[in-house]
Amino acid sequence: MGDRVGTPAIEARSLSKVFGAGADAVRALDDVSLTIRQNEFFTLLGPSGCGKTTLLRLIGGFEQPSQGDVFLEGQQLTGLPPFKRPINTVFQSYALFPHLTVGQNIAFGLEMLGRPKEKRTARVEQMLALVKLQGYANRKPAQLSGGQQQRVALARALASQPKVLLLDEPLSALDLKLRKEMQIELKRLQTETGITFVFVTHDQEEALTMSDRIAVMDSGKILQIGSPTEIYEHPQRRFVADFIGETNFLEGRITEANGAAVAQLACGHNLTLNGPGQKGSGGGQRVTLAVRPERAEIVPPQGEGLPATVGAVVYMGTDTTYHLTLADGTPFTVRSQNHEGARLDLASGAAVKIRIAPAAIQRLAD
Amino acid sequence: MTGSATSKRFLQIAPALAIIGFFMLAPLGLMAYVSILEKGLNGGVVWDLHTSEAYVNFIFERDLDDSLILNTDYLQIFARSFGLSLLTAALALAIGFPTALYMSMQPEGRRNLLIFLVTIPFWTNLLVRNYAWILLLRNGGLVENLLHWLGIAADQPLGLLYTPYAVSIGLTYSYLPFMVLPIYASLEKLDSRLIEAAFDLGADRRRALLRVILPLAAPGIAAGCVLVFVPALGAYVTPELLGGGKSMMIGNLIQSQFGAARNWPFGAALAFALLTIVLLAMMVYLIRFRRAPAGGH
Ligand SMILES: Nc1ncnc2c1ncn2[C@@H]1O[C@H](COP(=O)(O)OP(=O)(O)O)[C@@H](O)[C@H]1O
Ligand SMILES: [Mg+2]
Repeated sequence: MGDRVGTPAIEARSLSKVFGAGADAVRALDDVSLTIRQNEFFTLLGPSGCGKTTLLRLIGGFEQPSQGDVFLEGQQLTGLPPFKRPINTVFQSYALFPHLTVGQNIAFGLEMLGRPKEKRTARVEQMLALVKLQGYANRKPAQLSGGQQQRVALARALASQPKVLLLDEPLSALDLKLRKEMQIELKRLQTETGITFVFVTHDQEEALTMSDRIAVMDSGKILQIGSPTEIYEHPQRRFVADFIGETNFLEGRITEANGAAVAQLACGHNLTLNGPGQKGSGGGQRVTLAVRPERAEIVPPQGEGLPATVGAVVYMGTDTTYHLTLADGTPFTVRSQNHEGARLDLASGAAVKIRIAPAAIQRLAD
Repeated sequence: MTGSATSKRFLQIAPALAIIGFFMLAPLGLMAYVSILEKGLNGGVVWDLHTSEAYVNFIFERDLDDSLILNTDYLQIFARSFGLSLLTAALALAIGFPTALYMSMQPEGRRNLLIFLVTIPFWTNLLVRNYAWILLLRNGGLVENLLHWLGIAADQPLGLLYTPYAVSIGLTYSYLPFMVLPIYASLEKLDSRLIEAAFDLGADRRRALLRVILPLAAPGIAAGCVLVFVPALGAYVTPELLGGGKSMMIGNLIQSQFGAARNWPFGAALAFALLTIVLLAMMVYLIRFRRAPAGGH
């Protein structure tokens, strides 16, 4: 038992979860390990069915792992029922008690912990103020809008000051405008309460704007964990690069020229790499490169770069997207901001070159 | 709504109204009329002699000199019927709620099988069911032997049969499905995430049951209690067979007035007293649960 700040809030070690048995068995989680720090806004991001909810339910105690262990501040949780874990959940469907008032809903956790009535009342007022619902204590949940119910669910889960708050796609039922508002609200609540948030979403934009760190999941595995910048700028796997934002993929083989690593692309041209990760180059091994559309640049055909042909040009207000084709038919998208004199007047079919700075190239592991 | 739409609607439900009117309201009206007639000497009624005698008979006895003396015999039968019906509803609830809770927690496929099993008493003739209980409860019967074997009761004839408790056990058995099914329906509707939310917020099983499951199942529980209590109140085969005529209930009293006692007006008046009580019970139920929150959303 070291200092509290140093211990991770949540630690998962080699967690696996198999539903069913025999031929119908579904491996919902496959050897997942992760560490969530104190006071962190941690997001699990991945497509539907990748195991996010399962991981959350294992942390909350609603399911038992088939293998592996979960630790809360260094203490093993395995076998503890949900009501003995100082972890609360905001359910996707809110799951507010329909027979209780808003105030009674918020006080429920405190009541279960045996807090005296005066303390509960005071805390309910405090929580209602925190989620900006003063004066709603005596309403029934059915009398509230979706956004208000969402706030009550948050207040209810936060009232008993859990060590960790689990949120399973809490915003997915809200319309776009309300969702944007609640994103800011959630971030504020997390900062104000200092509680560790584990947030689940399949919306990459939501994950990027809110999180301290993101774990990208697919098929029951965690593919990459990192800050939003790391995940966006330096994806390590093709799935991560593809799932988050738009990406161009270039296939090729690694060789060495003049002491620098060079990728011989399928289109027949070479691309110089000097970013990190060219270890093991020179063997002519296959490689996939990822380039974000806004990190590439279109230059006239007489300049340096990969030759390409212009397809569609789409004007989108703040920027313009150019859909190009490389010599071997590989599609490539370039996006550039629209500012004075920056717009290129390119007709469909025009020959151009694409300049890609070595720093803009991310080498993927698969 | 326009007038023509209303009348069109009325025409559409007219057949149903006619059937209800003919088969339900007409006999009821006839009964009401019979209850204010003079009884015939050999049963039946004297059709043109009107009297409130039947209602007076319920509480008073007419002495030889025509003065009224209080007679609590019939009130006692009503009180016993009430007591036994309440006991029956309580027993059915005590057995029915855990059964329904268990059923609602089973996987989907098994639930239908369990519902079928619960309704099995319905498939057997009422008389057969009651005779089966006679065999079980009589001296030297299975229940007595079991109690002796378990050492719960002294090794002597217990006289379980022909007691009010035998009646209550028989009624509970007969009406148990009426308790289980409505409670099961309300529990099945209950969103399981609400129970998870209760656990999540620190409620153990007992408190999740008391604070979330029971309140949300309350409409089903109330419906089950009404559905068991009301027919138990009017039961007549079971008290006759399992009570051995010693624990007469309202149903037996009414039957005897139309039969051996040859007092149709009094029988009709008793039937109306029973109907009034049932309607009052229904009203209490409706007022209490009309705006009850449904489970889930
Ligand atoms: N209780 C369960 N029984 C069987 N399979 C389940 C169960 N819960 C989840 N799964 C399966 O596990 C996988 C992951 O599900 P889930 O964790 O809900 O994904 P996500 O929340 O990322 O959409 C899915 O294939 C799903 O069908
Ligand atoms: Mg999910």
